[in-house]
Amino acid sequence: MPKQLTRLIIVFLIFISLFLVVRHFLVPESFYKFGHYRADALKDNEDHQVKYIDAAMCSACHTDIDSLKVSGPHKNINCQTCHGPGYLHVEDPSKNVLIKPTERAFCGKCHSLNAARACNIIKQQDIAQHNIDNKCVECHNPHQPQP
Amino acid sequence: MGNFDQLYQALTKVDGFIYPNELELRWSVLITLYPYITGLVAGAFILASLNRVFNVKALKPTYEISLLAAFAFLCVATMPLISHLGQPQRFYEIMMTPHLTSAMAIFGFVYLWYLMAVLLLEIWFDYRVDFVIWSREKKGLLKLVYKILTLGVMDTSPKSVRTDNKLGYIITVIGIPSAFLLHGYVGFIFGSVKANPWWSSVLMPIIFLFSAMVSGIALVLFLYMIITYIRKQKLDMLCLDTIGKLLFYILILDFTLESLDQIHRIYEAGESFDIISLLMSKLFFSLTIMQVLMGTFIPLAILGFFQFHKPKEKIRKAAYFIISILVLVGIFFMRWNVVIGGQLFSKSFLGFTTYKIGLIGREGLIMSIVWIIVPFIILTFLLWFLPPWKKAHIEDK
Ligand code: HEC
Ligand code: HEC
Ligand code: HEC
Ligand code: HEC
Repeated sequence: MPKQLTRLIIVFLIFISLFLVVRHFLVPESFYKFGHYRADALKDNEDHQVKYIDAAMCSACHTDIDSLKVSGPHKNINCQTCHGPGYLHVEDPSKNVLIKPTERAFCGKCHSLNAARACNIIKQQDIAQHNIDNKCVECHNPHQPQP
Repeated sequence: MGNFDQLYQALTKVDGFIYPNELELRWSVLITLYPYITGLVAGAFILASLNRVFNVKALKPTYEISLLAAFAFLCVATMPLISHLGQPQRFYEIMMTPHLTSAMAIFGFVYLWYLMAVLLLEIWFDYRVDFVIWSREKKGLLKLVYKILTLGVMDTSPKSVRTDNKLGYIITVIGIPSAFLLHGYVGFIFGSVKANPWWSSVLMPIIFLFSAMVSGIALVLFLYMIITYIRKQKLDMLCLDTIGKLLFYILILDFTLESLDQIHRIYEAGESFDIISLLMSKLFFSLTIMQVLMGTFIPLAILGFFQFHKPKEKIRKAAYFIISILVLVGIFFMRWNVVIGGQLFSKSFLGFTTYKIGLIGREGLIMSIVWIIVPFIILTFLLWFLPPWKKAHIEDK
């Protein structure tokens, strides 16, 4: 065999074994345990902190707001859609205070003019025109917004 | 907050009805560069192989340039993909735990095979004797580097050169199908997306392959003229004319294949045809003007004319130079029309979005220009490190 070939074969063998060594260290530990994925990923997902809680929980303490809300047009909107994830708040209400989104832009997320949405499903309002001097919540109670 | 401002602004980009997730293009200009650069590699390599396997003597002055250009561009070929990733630092994972059903993982291996088993080997066999000679002539660090590159094969006898040539020839023979595989595979990645009528076509790999050859040949033509100019040497007219002729033939083939694809679509007139014919009018600038007119018709007309009548050398030189640039730009727009064009229309077939390329950012214009320039810097280094014009000519009888 020509010398060139023997040398190249050696180089390739070195390269391939290097690859295998590197691979040995870089493949995550639990990969291939159950299949073509990292088995620990299941555990990682399991360990995620719970953020949201069943909406019925809110009503247990905030009965007044709940009874107001169920009669209004926002009845189908989860409290946490507006106030953010509430799991920690339920555990300790005084320590984990939820946000109260009062800016006009917030209501605009759902109510601003949007040509891509059917206008008879969520009432649209031109945010740049409709009573611009006040916050929405000054006229509309967010829990019972019917004007 | 201003969330709805953003929404309003986004909606101005939309035409007709689209699904919400189609507003932003997921595959940006970087994904256009990926097949473009890979194509340049495959094309330049195929040109080098023609010289070697079919012994086209006239192409000799471009042999090393093609090889080194292919190598320089291959070094960068995956960079647009990697910088497009959300987590670029994890790019290697696809190679560590590859999955046979992953088209991208397999591309990694096709790429590695081509880099390690074809291109580097061919360059090595071509330069081995020179490494030996240079390692004797040079001093210091350079001497050491050349010495390492010889892999300890210090023989410079004509017999050893003959062995180099023989083995190099075998590598080239393996290399041609490999280069076809490399770029055909890139076409396959697009052609196999059955949900997208603009991409899904069995002709895609073949079209990509031929356009790769076209762009690779144009690149070598361009580089050869520039390098010769910088070195203040005389251009070899026979070489230029041969490349021109080759470019002419392959360009015809490429254009025929692409037309075939379109004619097939037009005749088939499937459910997606309405949107596709609208798309073509949306791509007026990049498709009709840049790809077809500037990138194909004008070069074809000039090259075709040269096949019957050869004007003065000076005119031919200028024409070849302009053609090489036109073709390079044209093929870039061909990739653009495939990648970007294929994402402009909605899967509902009822509307369009638009693509606006940003200037800065990971997927912006500047980043793309960087990835176009880097191969030229690498090539400059390679030409200094492995100068083709300083190669020894050991008679091999
Ligand atoms: C265990 C009873 C309890 C539950 C369950 C509960 N809260 Fe409260 N919540 C409170 C108390 C007590 C306060 C007053 C805390 C304070 O002001 O220090 C409060 C305050 C609030 C406030 C007003 C904060 C402010 O700045 O004025 C909001 C908003 C709120 N809760 C939303 C919710 C939502 C949404 C849920 C359901 C995910 C919920 N709460 C569930 C007891 C509860
Ligand atoms: C449409 C969005 C929205 C929904 C849904 C909603 N809230 Fe509110 N909530 C607000 C806003 C906005 C404020 C602030 C009102 C203000 O400051 O005048 C608020 C204020 C509150 C407050 C502070 C006391 C008050 O009356 O100002 C509590 C407590 C509260 N919400 C609980 C709830 C609970 C419990 C639910 C579910 C039953 C709920 N909210 C659903 C938007 C909402
Ligand atoms: C998550 C989306 C959402 C947000 C945020 C939201 N709304 Fe609503 N809103 C609705 C839906 C859904 C309805 C019920 C459908 C309808 O009647 O438009 C509604 C109904 C209303 C109505 C009654 C319209 C009518 O006459 O039927 C008013 C007024 C209103 N919202 C005001 C507000 C205000 C003020 C805010 C900000 C505090 C707000 N909304 C935030 C979704 C939202
Ligand atoms: C100055 C008080 C005032 C403010 C501030 C105000 N609204 Fe109203 N809004 C009204 C009144 C009154 C009506 C009913 C008459 C009408 O349709 O104009 C109404 C109607 C609506 C309706 C129902 C439209 C329909 O077609 O039934 C929506 C939705 C609404 N407002 C959303 C908002 C939002 C969102 C904001 C904040 C960006 C806001 N409003 C701020 C007074 C107000």
